Amino acid sequence: MSTSFLLICLFGLGGFSYFFGRRRIGALTRAARVKQHSRDVYHGSFVALCAVGVPLIVLLAWAGLSPLLLDAMLEDFLRRQSPDLSLGEMGVAMAKVKAYFSGALPEAFTGELIRSGSAYFAELRSASNQARSVAITLLALGGLAFGLSKLAPRFTARPAVERVFNAAMMMASAIAILTTIGIVLSLIFETLRFFDKVPVMDFLFGLSWSPQIAMRADQIGGAGAFGAIPLFAGTMMITFIAMLVAVPIGLMSAIYLSEYANPRLRGIAKPGIEILAGVPTVVYGFFAALMVAPFLRDSGADIGLALSSESALAAGLVMGIMIIPFISSLSDDVINAVPQTLRDGAAALGATQSETIRQVVLPAALPGIVSAILLAISRAIGETMIVVMAAGVAANLTANPFESVTTVTVQIVMLLVGDQEFDSAKTLAAFALGLVLFLITLMLNVVALYVVNRFREQYD
Amino acid sequence: MTNIENPKVKIKARNMTVHYGDAQALHGIDLDLNANEVTALIGPSGCGKSTFLRCINRMNDVIDGCRVGGSLSIDEQDVYDAAVDVVELRARVGMVFQKPNPFPKSIYDNVAYGPRIHGMAQDRASLDALVERSLKRAGLWQEVKDRLSASGTSLSGGQQQRLCIARAIAVNPDIVLMDEPCSALDPIATAVIEELMEELRRDYTIVIVTHSMQQAARISQRTAYFHLGDLVEHGQTETIFTTPQHQQTEAYISGKIG
Ligand SMILES: Nc1ncnc2c1ncn2[C@@H]1O[C@H](COP(=O)(O)OP(=O)(O)O)[C@@H](O)[C@H]1O
Ligand SMILES: [Mg+2]
Repeated sequence: MSTSFLLICLFGLGGFSYFFGRRRIGALTRAARVKQHSRDVYHGSFVALCAVGVPLIVLLAWAGLSPLLLDAMLEDFLRRQSPDLSLGEMGVAMAKVKAYFSGALPEAFTGELIRSGSAYFAELRSASNQARSVAITLLALGGLAFGLSKLAPRFTARPAVERVFNAAMMMASAIAILTTIGIVLSLIFETLRFFDKVPVMDFLFGLSWSPQIAMRADQIGGAGAFGAIPLFAGTMMITFIAMLVAVPIGLMSAIYLSEYANPRLRGIAKPGIEILAGVPTVVYGFFAALMVAPFLRDSGADIGLALSSESALAAGLVMGIMIIPFISSLSDDVINAVPQTLRDGAAALGATQSETIRQVVLPAALPGIVSAILLAISRAIGETMIVVMAAGVAANLTANPFESVTTVTVQIVMLLVGDQEFDSAKTLAAFALGLVLFLITLMLNVVALYVVNRFREQYD
Repeated sequence: MTNIENPKVKIKARNMTVHYGDAQALHGIDLDLNANEVTALIGPSGCGKSTFLRCINRMNDVIDGCRVGGSLSIDEQDVYDAAVDVVELRARVGMVFQKPNPFPKSIYDNVAYGPRIHGMAQDRASLDALVERSLKRAGLWQEVKDRLSASGTSLSGGQQQRLCIARAIAVNPDIVLMDEPCSALDPIATAVIEELMEELRRDYTIVIVTHSMQQAARISQRTAYFHLGDLVEHGQTETIFTTPQHQQTEAYISGKIG
């Protein structure tokens, strides 16, 4: 039976169990003449969950695990057929078997091994499918029987359903957490492999970045240099420029909107600014590359400065504009959360409006503002598109914002586009960069959370 | 103690009207408030007590769509005159709110805030002295003298309210307005603040809004009864509570309307 057919059956069974459970508990209660503990809905839901819950989980697990198992068995089979396949040849053979099995590969391109492998694979698949259908059917019917056997007027179906929902929520969050852990672990392991090829110190403190790998063993300069400092310096410079633009403008517009603007203007301006956040970054990217950068270059030429047409400044300025809505909208929220009674208190003491804002409102909102800024920094650090388009890809170690620089994220893209060997230093370097980037943004977010929790006032 | 029979008029309201947008909240209030007395404003919710209180320090100015008419003078000087500096006025008329609203700053900075913005202390030492004096007068000094740098919001509700009183009197006002200052406090904290008001009356003119008849009877010399934006009756507290002239007043005081 196909997966979709099984699913439909399960849902059908669930619906049936629900209504059957409801009817049954009604009959039981009438016969027993006692007060029913839980409402009919819960008895029905309980039976349905018993019938469908476990089979659904098994179905999902089967979908996840059986391909792995089948692959392992197929590999084992091929190995037995021809013991001297190399690792690469084995990979090709497996791919061919599956392609032939699914009909994507014409028979002309196959050999004896592939055909026998395919036959074996077909056998495995059908065995697995049959086993699955039998298991699911048994589990579903068993669950239904179990659920029905539990039904009784005094049976506490309501808390039982509650527990099932509890478990479902827990599983969902466990999946979210485990995926995150999985991603981080894979980052860490690949990074460790990278450090087998390139020393940690060379990576963290090296001043030169040119991740070229030799095509031939005797190629000049083919060893590649993996010093990440220029990338982090570039990232920091662009982020810094972006913050110089975004923090003052974002903060002041937040203050204006929340403290000075009348409600009508606020109702129009706030969503207006938030639209900026919805513009795809690639649009900002070509805005930076095609308008801001040439404008900077031309105005530089007017005052006698030779500027490159790709510069950290152009990327930083445009990134700053992109970040403004983050800062203004988050700050606006925290400023609004400062209770009106504090403003009244200051006004009643004779403070002017700007004194009240500077001395009472902003200090009270500061933790929120700081965390807004830190979140905006993480956002800026992770931004790629604008930088590729406006700041270039050349890893210059420079403090001059008019020169072209590159950032960590851009280099990760550069390392991974095109055909790559998965275990070359060049590819693995992307994982190392990713890990460092992850650690930096993680740290920023932790600090932001800490600041908010540590300094948050409890207004009730 | 001031002579109750012949006191000095401090605040004189004549035909005060207040509109919030189209809704009229006060319908021409005429009321004299005496210096060095506690005047209690009582009446059912929404009758305009807070609105009247905010007329005295012009806190209605900051409310969108609020219009004030009539005249109100303090020491014979019109508060709504175009030449009056609101900042200066509010330094003369302190206000304590219903819910304690200490700034999220240290206890010291809370009290020092007013003196600082009005430039009332020349140096650190005199500011220290001013803060200490204000906290003492608010009856809070003993409890906080060892932790002046702790956050004002870390105090208990009653302490916070006394901190707000200290903050208000630190700028040395003539008048202190209190809008239900005890409504968020427990009976013990309330008793402390009531005692404090008796004490403060010597130096300040106090106007207090309260919903507690007992409190009004205990602490005030005069009482004004508001109803639906009108001043129904006012006079010596004793008279109002024993022989009210209006049937409405009597009904409210005896708990028949609230
Ligand atoms: N900021 C405001 N905006 C609009 N209407 C208000 C505002 N404050 C008070 N009012 C209205 O004015 C009337 C008097 O309110 P208030 O002075 O607060 O009464 P009290 O303090 O006696 O309970 C009420 O009807 C109230 O709804
Ligand atoms: Mg009120």
